[in-house]
Amino acid sequence: MKQVCGLLSTYTADVSGVCSALYEMGGMTIMHDASGCNSTYNTHDEPRWYHTPSMVYISALSEMEAVLGDEERLVQQAVETARQLRPRFVALAGTPIPMMMGTDFPGLARMIEKRSGIPAFGFSTNGMRSYLSGAGMALAAVARRFCDPSVKPDPIRPGMPVKVNLLGVTPLDFSVNGSVEAIRSLLEENGFQVQSCWAMGSTWEELMSAGKAHVNLVLSQCGEALAGELFQKYGTPWVTGVPLGEKFSSVLLEALKASARGEKVPSAFMPDLPEKSVTSEEKPFVLVGEPVFCASLREWFRREAGVPSVKILTPLEGGTGILQPGDLSPAEEDDFLEQFPQAACIVADPLYRRALRGKEIPFVDLPHEGYSGRMYRAQIPVLAGEAFSRWMEDRLKTVLL
Amino acid sequence: MNSEKERGFPGIRPLGAPVDWSGAELPLEQAAFPVPFASGLEYAAPARGGWNIVHVGMLLPESHQIFVCAQGCLRGVVLTAAEMGAMDRFSTIAVQERNVMQGDMEELILSGVEDILGKLPQKPKAVLLFTSCIHHFIGCDLNYVYGQLRQRFPDVEFTDCYMNPIMRKSKTPPDAKMRQQLYSFLKPGEQKDNFVNFIGNTQATPEDSELVQLIRKAGYGIRDICTCRTYPEYLEMGKSRMNITYQPSAKLAGDTLEKRLGQPHLHLSFGYGLEEIGKELSRAAEALGISSPPDWSENREKAEQALWKTAEAVKDFEISLDFTAAPRILSLTRLLVEHGFTVTSLYADSFLSQEQEDFLWLRQHAPRMRLFATMHPKMGIYSRVPEEKAGNKVLAIGQKAAYFTGTRHFVNLLDGGSLWGYGGICRLMEEIQEAAAREKDTQAIIQVKGWGCCG
Repeated sequence: MKQVCGLLSTYTADVSGVCSALYEMGGMTIMHDASGCNSTYNTHDEPRWYHTPSMVYISALSEMEAVLGDEERLVQQAVETARQLRPRFVALAGTPIPMMMGTDFPGLARMIEKRSGIPAFGFSTNGMRSYLSGAGMALAAVARRFCDPSVKPDPIRPGMPVKVNLLGVTPLDFSVNGSVEAIRSLLEENGFQVQSCWAMGSTWEELMSAGKAHVNLVLSQCGEALAGELFQKYGTPWVTGVPLGEKFSSVLLEALKASARGEKVPSAFMPDLPEKSVTSEEKPFVLVGEPVFCASLREWFRREAGVPSVKILTPLEGGTGILQPGDLSPAEEDDFLEQFPQAACIVADPLYRRALRGKEIPFVDLPHEGYSGRMYRAQIPVLAGEAFSRWMEDRLKTVLL
Repeated sequence: MNSEKERGFPGIRPLGAPVDWSGAELPLEQAAFPVPFASGLEYAAPARGGWNIVHVGMLLPESHQIFVCAQGCLRGVVLTAAEMGAMDRFSTIAVQERNVMQGDMEELILSGVEDILGKLPQKPKAVLLFTSCIHHFIGCDLNYVYGQLRQRFPDVEFTDCYMNPIMRKSKTPPDAKMRQQLYSFLKPGEQKDNFVNFIGNTQATPEDSELVQLIRKAGYGIRDICTCRTYPEYLEMGKSRMNITYQPSAKLAGDTLEKRLGQPHLHLSFGYGLEEIGKELSRAAEALGISSPPDWSENREKAEQALWKTAEAVKDFEISLDFTAAPRILSLTRLLVEHGFTVTSLYADSFLSQEQEDFLWLRQHAPRMRLFATMHPKMGIYSRVPEEKAGNKVLAIGQKAAYFTGTRHFVNLLDGGSLWGYGGICRLMEEIQEAAAREKDTQAIIQVKGWGCCG
């Protein structure tokens, strides 16, 4: 049945996505919630919480405030706290009860901004959608509001690096295990300069200079809306994909360079390999997870491992232009129960093993922080370049023996 | 890695700059009771050892939990179950916008439960069905839902549980409600036998506790959900002739059982005052019908000696406590101060009403003790500054105090740890000495959710 999980876990919700995306920007993010969202976020969704301070709070909404629709306390306390802590901006993010109260988040943000003099955002999240939408709307809103439209990239000159922004980067997809640094290194070793990374490891000034980039690399669906925003503001083209393995990384790097030169490039996910014949009886490799990552992983399987039949199942929304016929989105638990037994091999977060229900299907554990949180963090591989290839080849040797 | 300042944290105190603690800290002499700090936006420290409703619910053997909530609310509870290795006893039904708009919530729950129970390899004896704030507000007809479920699954017992944090500051907060519902499967009308129940604890009371000794002296056996391994064993608790609670959050459960099952309820305070413990033991002896109560003076003397000895052993440490360590944190703080410990800071956002006498005593006798809020927004960004400076040895009692002070010398005490009475004090003193002698991996320990729930 749809919406039911008898066996499986659930992905990080939109409200945590907002917090995760804005975490390093020096703003103050307030989840308009009674309690619970804060512990969920800082326990399962935020690996930076213990050591890296950030102003992420809940409003501690009370029953009476919810019944009366009283939002004055939230506004007052947001203003008071902002005056004390001097955040760069204030962001409000909604949860289920404010959705039912009909809270006007943009309206509240305008009140906070007017009273405090500090820029404010209101995100109408409701805890019922995934982090992709929350992080996506937050990143795009920051660029829309703060990035100076007059900034322009320098012309590309021979011998000079091509400047690139990395979009849609949060620990929910890339953890804190060196993956982001590896992607940066890979780009820098291949003639690029990372102008900014939205939003891990970049200073505010770097983020605000995103308009200097010649091209954007969208690394997850969290960066899709931001890519649109930067295109609208600066005309910066973008390429989508995670550089997994040598071959797909080369495709992406070439696409980035061509795109930066103003050439129209096809999607890196187009089936540009000569397709091996796939018979209807052939069992597919099944990949589960975030759409951009899974689509990139499919390219890895096709190009590095010569696997022709790869199917993506994602419970997450979106994937337009990334997923292909035969993929399933949004997939429900029953879909996994039906599809897993028909797979030649499954690559998914370890918590998906429960959907095997005892059947012995080759299964590669590829933990995803946005799904299993911190449980398997130590086992998350570096999600870039040849390091990823080595890791995956090693795992495949083990499970396909 | 860039520095925090370089990475764009403008609100964060630049290193070396003075800290403005106003609103988040004050000396005890200036503190109001029972709420010393103004309420506002709330921060949550990464100290996660306390048990949540999933952990408590899992104490019920052979039961299955089903949560009906929005994805954002499900995330925390699913991963609680996953981290404790209990996913096979846990399922979810995700509420989406259309269910709120279309008003088909009852049908969603009924179909969802049916689907889940149909998929389980064997039906559970009991289902804890958790609804959430949403159901509370839309007026979901839960009577109809439970009536239907009982009709459709006559071989499964259902009870109503709640994940409604919006009631956190009400007279029936979620934790107390959960402990109440945990015993809701016990049946009325059972013939009473010679057993006494401990109700509402998450750890069994140690055998050497004076309370246990008293119960044994009265000739009774002990039942406790913490030691039940089967559902029938749990149901036996309905036959016990009396219930004892000492956790404040268990009082509602005890009162409810008294009304519903006719089991007399003895609620004892979880105070640390040596006089107070003696009085509570006398109350317990009387309730248990013991005509000649034992003389506890030797136990009290042992506790007294342990206190002085420990104070001497940790004289080089400043002591810091937080409210998660014990329900009567002010009583514990007072006990330590009275016995020569150098208690310098206390982390708490509010106090129980029964702590007033201890509060007034401390305000008079330790007026300069620093009282910190744990949830104040400043704690999120100024945290771990004050006692971390070199040469300042801190021993913390409680996970939040350990986090905020940045110490590796700490006692991992939660909710008093069932260390009730004089014997409990002796054990606590041993743990304090152990904490002084050996460092702990604070970060690893305090990030474990529901400490001790897995055995």
